[in-house]
Amino acid sequence: MTSTRALAPTRPLAKPRSGGIGALYAGNARSVVARGLLATRSTNYLIVLSGFFEPVFYLLSMGLGLGALVGNVATSTGQQVPYAAFIAPALLAVSAMNGAIYDSTWNVFFKMQYAKLYEGMLTTSLGPLDVALGEILLALLRGALYAGGFMIVMQVLGLNLAWTAFLALPAVLLIAFGFASLGMAITSYLKTFQQMDWITFVMLPMFLFSATFYPLSVYPTAIQWVIQALPLWHGVELVRGLTTGALSVAMLWHVLYYVVMIAIGLVFTTRRLRALFLD
Amino acid sequence: MSPPVITAKSLTKKYKEFAAVDGISFEVAPGESFGLLGPNGAGKSTTMRMVGAVSTRTSGDLSILGLDPNEHGPEVRSQLGVVPQQDNLDMELRVRDNLIVYGRYFGLSHAQCGRKADELLEFAQLTDRAKAKVDDLSGGMKRRLTIARSLMNDPRILLLDEPTTGLDPQARHILWDRLFRLKEQGTTLVLTTHYMDEAEQLCDRLVVVDKGRIMAEGAPADLIKQYSTREVVEVRFGSDRNADVARRLAGVGERLEVLPDRILIYSEDGDAELALIAEMGLEPITSLVRRSSLEDVFLRLTGRSLIE
Repeated sequence: MTSTRALAPTRPLAKPRSGGIGALYAGNARSVVARGLLATRSTNYLIVLSGFFEPVFYLLSMGLGLGALVGNVATSTGQQVPYAAFIAPALLAVSAMNGAIYDSTWNVFFKMQYAKLYEGMLTTSLGPLDVALGEILLALLRGALYAGGFMIVMQVLGLNLAWTAFLALPAVLLIAFGFASLGMAITSYLKTFQQMDWITFVMLPMFLFSATFYPLSVYPTAIQWVIQALPLWHGVELVRGLTTGALSVAMLWHVLYYVVMIAIGLVFTTRRLRALFLD
Repeated sequence: MSPPVITAKSLTKKYKEFAAVDGISFEVAPGESFGLLGPNGAGKSTTMRMVGAVSTRTSGDLSILGLDPNEHGPEVRSQLGVVPQQDNLDMELRVRDNLIVYGRYFGLSHAQCGRKADELLEFAQLTDRAKAKVDDLSGGMKRRLTIARSLMNDPRILLLDEPTTGLDPQARHILWDRLFRLKEQGTTLVLTTHYMDEAEQLCDRLVVVDKGRIMAEGAPADLIKQYSTREVVEVRFGSDRNADVARRLAGVGERLEVLPDRILIYSEDGDAELALIAEMGLEPITSLVRRSSLEDVFLRLTGRSLIE
C-alpha cells in the first residue's frame, strides 16, 4: 500500500469531473424513444384513451351545455367569441399538458424508482442527456397525440375560428415539450408517492384557474400576476390567439416562456440523472 | 506481454467521510479472469461501479482500456458488458426485445441487433423463450438473459457483480458453464462474489477485499498455500468441552482455531494430527480431514465475526 501511495503526489488527487457534453450526450436519444414506443405495446390503451377524453368531456359539458347560457365572451384581445370557442383552445392546451404530464411524472417515477430502467440505460454508452431527452420526447408524443385528437374534435364542432388555427399544432407540441421537460425534472427529485401527489395538487387548480373557463380580467391584479406566472396560462393564451385569429406580439413571450421551461427541465433532469446514476 | 486492460492505482471512493474504497491497486490482463472477493460492504460493488464508468472516483488513478472513465464515460461503457448485482431487465419488453433495445442503446443498427440477439439467445439457452415476458422467466433464466444482454455490444471486458447470488445449484452450474465458455473465447472477466467455490471455479487471479482495502492477492491455489495449510482437521468435542480440549491441543498442527462448535487444526498432514489426538486419549465426537479451501483463506483474512 505504501508503494502505491508514494505515486499519488505525481498526479492531482481528485480530478475534476468531465464537464464536456461528450460525457452527457451520445446523440442517441432516438433509441430511448424507440424503447418507449415498443414498451407501450404492453400498456393498457383504455388508460391512455381516458386521458384524451377528459378535456373532450369538459368541452362538451361546459362549452356546449353551459355555453348555451353564457353566450359570447371577450378574449384578452377584446374579441367577442362564443363560449365554446373560448374554452376549446384552453382545453386543447390542457390536453397537450395532460398527455405530457402523464408520461413524464407517474411513468417516469415508476421507471426510476422501481423498474431501474435508467440505471440499466446508463451502463451503456448512453449519456444522461440521451435518457432525459428521449423520455421527454416520448412524453411529448403522448401530449401531441391527445392534442391532435382534440384539434379534430374542435374542427368538427366548428370551434377553429381562423386559418391560423393550424399553427396551434406546433404550439401544442411546444406546450407538451415544456410540460414533459419540467414534469420529468420535478419527478426526478421526488422519492415517495406522497410527494408525487403534490403534482396533482398543483395541476388541478392550475387547470381550473388559468383563464381556462373565463377571462383573466375577473381576478384582482395580484391574482392575475400569480396566474400569469404559471405555465398553463401562457399555453392557453398562445393557443387561444391562434384558434381565434387574434395574433399579437405577446405570443412571442409565451413561446419564450416555454423555450425556457424546456431548457430548465432538460438541464435539471440531466443533472439529476447524473447525480443519481453516475455518482 | 500485452498491456493491462484495467489499471487501478490507489483507487479511492469516499461518501462524505466514509471511504467505501480506500486506496486499492490492481491490474487485469487481457483475457484474464479476475475476482474481487470480500464480505458484504467491503467495497466490491463500489469498485465495480468505478470500473464500469458509472461512478466517479474520489482520488487515485483508473484506466480502462487506456481511457480515464471520469473523462470518457460513454466510450468506456461502450466497451464493457455489465451484469449488475440485481437484474434490471426491462420488464415492459419481451425477452428478445430486451436484447435488441439494449443493443440499440449502443447505437448498433437494427439488423445487427437482431442477428446478435438470436445468437445470444442460443448461447443463453433461451431461444424457445424469445417471445416470453421477462416476468415469466425463472431466476436463473433472468440471470442468463442479463448476461446475454451484457454481451450485445461484444464487450472487451465483462463485469459481473455477484453473478450467481440467489440461484439454485443447477442454475449456478449452468451459469458457470456459460461464463467458462466466454473465458475460453478470450473475454476478460471481472467478477465479485462471496462464494468461494465460484471464485475457485472461475478466477485465474483474485484479490480479497475488506473494509475498502486489499488484504491479499494471487491465484486461488497460491493464496491457499500462502494463507492456509494443505489440510484442515475439524474435530468436535461438544460445545462445553471444546475450550478445555483446545488448551490440551496447543502445539498440535501449525495453527489452531477454536470455534464455538468445533476446533480447526491447520496442518500439512491431517491424518497424522488425528492419530496424535487419539494417542493423547482425546476422543472427538466427530472428526473430518479435508483439503484447505479458499474459504479458509477468506475467513482468516476477513475474520469470522459477522460483518453488518
